[in-house]
Amino acid sequence: MQRSVLPLIAMSFLVLFLAVALFRPSSHHDSALIGKPIPKFAGTLLLKPDQTFTRQELIGHVAVINVWATWCPNCRREHAVLMKYASRFPLYGLNWLDDEVKARQWLQALGNPYNVIISDDDGTIGIDLGVSGAPETFVIDAAGIVREKYVGPLSDEQVENELLPLIRSLTAGASS
Amino acid sequence: MIIEWGHLFLWMAAGLSAIQAALVFIPTAVLEQGRVRSTTMRLVAVQSCLVLLSVLALWYAFITSDFTVLYVADNSNTMLPLIYRISALWGAHEGSLLLWVLVLSLWSVLFSFGLRGRLPQVLLNRCLAVLGWVSLAFLLFMLFTSNPFARQFPPPLQGRDLNPLLQDPGLAIHPPLLYMGYVGFALPFAFAVAVLWQGEIKPAWVRSMRPWVLFPWMSLTLGIALGSWWAYHELGWGGWWFWDPVENASLMPWLVGTGLIHAMAVSEKRNMGHGWVVLLAIAAFALSLLGTFLVRSGIIISVHAFANDPDRGIFILAFFFVLIGGSLGLFAWRGSRLMTGFTMSWFSREGLLLVNNLLLVVMAMTILWGTLYPLSLELLGLGQVSVGGPYFEKVTAPWALALLLMLMIIPFVSWKRQSWRSLMTRHMALLGAIGFIVAGGLIWLWNWKMWLAGIAIALAVPVLASALYDLWRHRKAPSRAIIGMTMAHIGFSVLIIGAVIASGFKVEREVSFSVGDSQTLGGHEFTLVDLESIKGQNYDGVRAWFSMQDEHGERMLSTEKRFYQARSMGMTEAGIMMGWWRDFYVALGEPIDDGQRWTVRLYSEPLVRWIWGGAVIMFLGGGMAASDRRYWRSKQLEHESFSNEEASVTLAVTNVHGAALAESGETRG
Repeated sequence: MQRSVLPLIAMSFLVLFLAVALFRPSSHHDSALIGKPIPKFAGTLLLKPDQTFTRQELIGHVAVINVWATWCPNCRREHAVLMKYASRFPLYGLNWLDDEVKARQWLQALGNPYNVIISDDDGTIGIDLGVSGAPETFVIDAAGIVREKYVGPLSDEQVENELLPLIRSLTAGASS
Repeated sequence: MIIEWGHLFLWMAAGLSAIQAALVFIPTAVLEQGRVRSTTMRLVAVQSCLVLLSVLALWYAFITSDFTVLYVADNSNTMLPLIYRISALWGAHEGSLLLWVLVLSLWSVLFSFGLRGRLPQVLLNRCLAVLGWVSLAFLLFMLFTSNPFARQFPPPLQGRDLNPLLQDPGLAIHPPLLYMGYVGFALPFAFAVAVLWQGEIKPAWVRSMRPWVLFPWMSLTLGIALGSWWAYHELGWGGWWFWDPVENASLMPWLVGTGLIHAMAVSEKRNMGHGWVVLLAIAAFALSLLGTFLVRSGIIISVHAFANDPDRGIFILAFFFVLIGGSLGLFAWRGSRLMTGFTMSWFSREGLLLVNNLLLVVMAMTILWGTLYPLSLELLGLGQVSVGGPYFEKVTAPWALALLLMLMIIPFVSWKRQSWRSLMTRHMALLGAIGFIVAGGLIWLWNWKMWLAGIAIALAVPVLASALYDLWRHRKAPSRAIIGMTMAHIGFSVLIIGAVIASGFKVEREVSFSVGDSQTLGGHEFTLVDLESIKGQNYDGVRAWFSMQDEHGERMLSTEKRFYQARSMGMTEAGIMMGWWRDFYVALGEPIDDGQRWTVRLYSEPLVRWIWGGAVIMFLGGGMAASDRRYWRSKQLEHESFSNEEASVTLAVTNVHGAALAESGETRG
């Protein structure tokens, strides 16, 4: 085959790829993890680096894990929303691929909505949880099953109309 | 009525473009006639007048706030200042397309007049035919899917206002400049297709084309720099590059266009590497179109994306496929006819320039990969990812450093072949020593942590030195091309030095302030002196006054948080104390406790101004080079400087040289 055909082939693949992307069904939150138990992981706490945190501590209650980082502009937008609703449910933070010093400064300046923040500066916990980007929010039921995943910053409406009702129903299910 | 006229003019322009495009069906013998060429040129001129008239019609609607025009109602407001009513023309999708078409028409006119008598009649006609196709496609796209003249009755009482992000003098001229770059790459693209079509290429033609690649490249350089400067002072994050898909979309054609300029130098001087010229010309325009596609189709989410319409995406994708697929098909079919088949020594100027071009292309492809990778993961059902700045910084830095290395060496390597020894003794030892001393000094100063910055500076400083030395070497007979080239290289090193230092040594603090509080950053004390409410023509907000105190005295800085009512959007205006060596940057964040306290971001940004300064130097260098008389000589068509004899001598020399190299390698081994 002639070498001069290669650019044409490469471009055809690109166009095919873009066409598939264009016609894809839109799905704003799906994850391979939904309906499955949250994988095992262990990490240290951002604010108390000598303490570790494992999957076990999430079991027994409905938990919300929010993945954030200081380099992510959308996390900042979301932060205000989290501050507003933080008292309504147990919120865990996963500080993902971030600089710990900057993360602490951020919390000092903007406030800390999280019960506990797990530090994941090298991204290994993120891989275990199937984190695809920041911000991202997982809802985990009392049995440790991932029930929902929100990709992108949560808005007030989303929290009011989706997240809070979901937590309410999961909590009711667990206690009955 | 004026609006209807504007609409009609667009249809007429499309008709003329169709005639221009139809030139492809006219046999070569007819195209050779001067009469045909002058008719075509008149056609192009009339077409661009029509597009200009319809732009004027839309401007008229904006200035008179005619809200029966849907596009005006969506992007303007009676409270909008006049200058933004004018720039609102390209504030959203439909108008941007109109600007695209206008810029293409104007480029086509300049191109046809500039190259008259410098390219053969047939070739020029064919270039204009290709431009006709591009223009026709975009006009039809606009008329069928996004007509800027669509009306609505009854009109709303008030318009929705221009996106506040765009209400900035920098942004008023950023899109036109960027488009002049994007669209301008249609010119070398047209040349590439025309040359493939003819199945031959001559160094003299490539020489005449040089300015027509430099012009779009210059516009793109300035456009990107302006966008970056705007992001710096308007987004309030103290950053100057965010690796946003749309920023990447402008950087990729820039990189490939830079490669194209260098490939043309090889093609013109050595009558070789024509395949590269053609391929890079197609690629630069393809990436410009891809940028358009990514922004318009909404498949990639970005702060810039204004239109989310899959229909538009399909149209642009189909257009992309036909145009770029067609030209690459032509390349596959006839590209080999342009290859001269000369063997060259890798260690020669042409060899290293090709390596340099490979680096530029690989860098562009890495960025393309990073831009599309999140999309591919999503398609495979692996979730959505945002590939952030850290990825791009990591993957582009090595290529940028390698480019600097090339830049240090290439000006001193001769065409055809170069022996290592003479190069080493003549220049490299000196440059190496400079680099070594600078790097050593830096590492000593800032310890090992900043190794990347250290390497970059160690390369960039010798490049600066070598560029100045190169100028001095040519002091007897400096051609504008050489001065321009050297300026562009100086600009590039200045930019890299600025970028590396600004990102490596930026200091940021995020603190909360109430009036009277102080914080120190970089030896300066920042005090919040006053908070005041402000009211602009179409927004209200808060302005914070800071005093910045150091041993030289006290200066005032103000930063604003604005709220635009019509769109309910907030915007930050950063307060910046500019300096050649360091910027101080204050941005108002969010209110705490009902506005009694505010979060504030303080940044110290060393050498950040060098980034834009470097880009401006590159721009000026491009202009200097484009004005070289060599590129504007007419009657150079027939004259050819390359004979087969010379080529075979080169071949023989190369072989001897290659054998010698292999031998010395063996002895060492």
